[in-house]
This record gives sequence, structure tokens and C-alpha cells, in this order.
Amino acid sequence: MSAGDWLQLLAFHLSVSLLAVGGAVTLAPDLHRFLVDGRGWLSETQFGTSLTLAQVAPGPNVLFIALAGWNVGVNAGAGQPDAIRLALAAFGMATSVFGVLAPSSLLALVATRWSHRHRERLAIRAFRQGMAPIVVGLLLSTAWLLAQAASAGAAGWRPWALTAVCTLLVWRTRLHLVWMLAMGAALGAAGWV
Amino acid sequence: MTSAIGAGVPAPGRPADLFWAFSWLSLQGFGGVLAVVQRELVERRRWLTNAQFVEDWAVAQVLPGPNVCNLALMFGDRHFGWRGAAAALGGLLAFPLLLLLLLGTLYAQHADHPAMAGALRGMGAVAAGLIAGTGLKLLAGLRSHALGLPLAAGASAAAFAGAVVLRWPLAAIVLVLGGSTCLLTAMYLRRRPPP
Repeated sequence: MSAGDWLQLLAFHLSVSLLAVGGAVTLAPDLHRFLVDGRGWLSETQFGTSLTLAQVAPGPNVLFIALAGWNVGVNAGAGQPDAIRLALAAFGMATSVFGVLAPSSLLALVATRWSHRHRERLAIRAFRQGMAPIVVGLLLSTAWLLAQAASAGAAGWRPWALTAVCTLLVWRTRLHLVWMLAMGAALGAAGWV
Repeated sequence: MTSAIGAGVPAPGRPADLFWAFSWLSLQGFGGVLAVVQRELVERRRWLTNAQFVEDWAVAQVLPGPNVCNLALMFGDRHFGWRGAAAALGGLLAFPLLLLLLLGTLYAQHADHPAMAGALRGMGAVAAGLIAGTGLKLLAGLRSHALGLPLAAGASAAAFAGAVVLRWPLAAIVLVLGGSTCLLTAMYLRRRPPP
């Protein structure tokens, strides 16, 4: 990849940053169109794997963009010595992450400082409080969609039962979340769900 | 610096506290970090109440950009300015990023193991439960809402139905339902000034 290509990679990520309303995953189709279909900097499999791994691994889902950028760098360094491939991979990752986070982060800081200065205004208080129930409803719908996805292709009621038990445990107890995830992984690996 | 931090309320002492707190919660966040953020910031460290958390979360969700990153930036900035924002965001991203690169390298070697697919499905079912349980706790936190619990919970139910049953796009839910709830809240707040 030439210097101009790297600049395009940065410019693309900068340009989609402010479009990520409702989570970074909503950027996946755009990213696919640019990296896989448009430039061919990433293979179909590399893109799919980046997305899936980031969903499954701990941490914010936006990290799929980091992994995609890493793979862009790996591809750019094909045929080069390992040290150069590694450096290019790290550079691709840093370029992508910086590009996708910088504009939205600046806006978030400016917007929250502004709203904090004017926090006594009726409109600000009404906005912060008024959106709260909607966000809670959306959160519950995310849980619903995740439960549906987990039960797709599996035998009947068991994934739903696991989801229901964990809902109760989170709601009513202080059991650490890591134990529940370990339980889910073990039950899944053993073939129960 | 802010009214959200009253005297005697626990708060992070320095930016490094934020970095480690967000690292720790981020590394536990399988299938979404939100459930863990609520558990760590509200229940374990008591840096926020449930009601404050939902309000911050609502703002982070409406702003463009990854929601949890926005929340980390907002929370860090409120405590230590841009240094706090950088510490919180850095904590959120650094270790999970390293782990993800490691996973990406390992995955290439063990991609087609059946137990691996099963474990992922099991963790997906658990992640759904973590988010649902957190949602129920936050729903209970709407007790202090200006609209009162029944109306606020009704708005939540409408948003849930809009997303799951009617399959409205997010923008429609936020604009139409969110907009009308904000207007209604403004009317209630105007009638009953803050104490």
C-alpha cells in the first residue's frame, strides 16, 4: 500500500466515525463495502472473522475495526520480513482505531461539557431524563435479540432457560458475571445448550 | 467540579484509578460491556447511582460513536478533564485489544472445533441474560423518574415493542418515542420544579 492508500484508509475511518449511531457494529456494512468490495485490502473471510471474534471476545465491539485494520496491515506486508509485517499491522490498526474514534470522541467531549454547563436548563434535564426509559427499553430488546440468536439452530428451550436463569441471577444476586459466562461456556462446550 | 459528585460519595482518586477500573470491567465484557459497567461503577464502586447511570447512558447512546467509549469519555472527563477521559478510554481499549489480537492469531489454528462453537453459543445465551438482568435493575431505577414509575416503564415497554415486535429502525424509536417522552418529561418537570 502506498502512502496515499494509508491516507485513504485514515480518511475513510474519519468520515464514518460520526455515522456510528447505535453502536460501532452499524458501521460493518460500510466498512465491508470499502475494505473488501472497493479496495480489496481485506478478504471476505478476514472481514467476517474480525467481526465475529470481536463480538465474542471481551471489550467494546468497536474493536472489530482494530482487528480489521490489523489485517489490512498484515496483507500490506505480504512477502516482507516478519518485523515489517508486524509494524505494518500495528500501523493499520492504529490508523483505523484513531480514525474511527477521534471525531466521535471529540464530539462526545464537547457535547457533554456543553450539556453539563447548562445542566439546570429545562431542555437538558428533560432530554437526559426523557431518553432514559427509552434506553432501558432498547436494552431489553437487545437482550431479546441476543437470546434469539443464541437459540437459533439449537434444540428448543435450553438456551432460553439458561438466559432466564442468568437474568434472575443478575437481577437478584451479586454473583460475579464471570462465573455465569464460564457456566455458559461449559454447558455449551458439553453440548447441553 | 460537578454536582454529580457530592461530599462523602465515593469517587475515583486519580486518573490511574479510572484506567484500571475500566480495564477490569472491559475484560469482563463478553457480548457487550454495559452489564459490567453497571455492576462495576454503580454496585461495586458506587461512583454513580442507577438513575445517574441511566441518564449518562442515554446521552452516550444518542451521541454518535461507540456507546461504551462515549460513556467512558464522559465519566472520565467529569472527574479529571481530558486526562480522565483518556485514562478511561485507554483502559477500556488497551487490554481487550491485546487479547483480541492474540485470539485472532489463535483462532486461525482452531477454527473448526465443535466444542468451540458450542461454548460460544452458551456464552451468547448467558450474555443475553446479563443484559436482560441489568435492564430489569435499571427499570427499577426509574422509580425516581419525573414521570413516575408507571409512565416511565410504559415508555420502556413501548421502545421494547417498537424494536422487537414492530421492528422499527433505531432512529425512528429515538426520534419519535424518545422525542415524545422528552416533551412529556419537560411538561412534568415544569409543573414540579426541582427540590
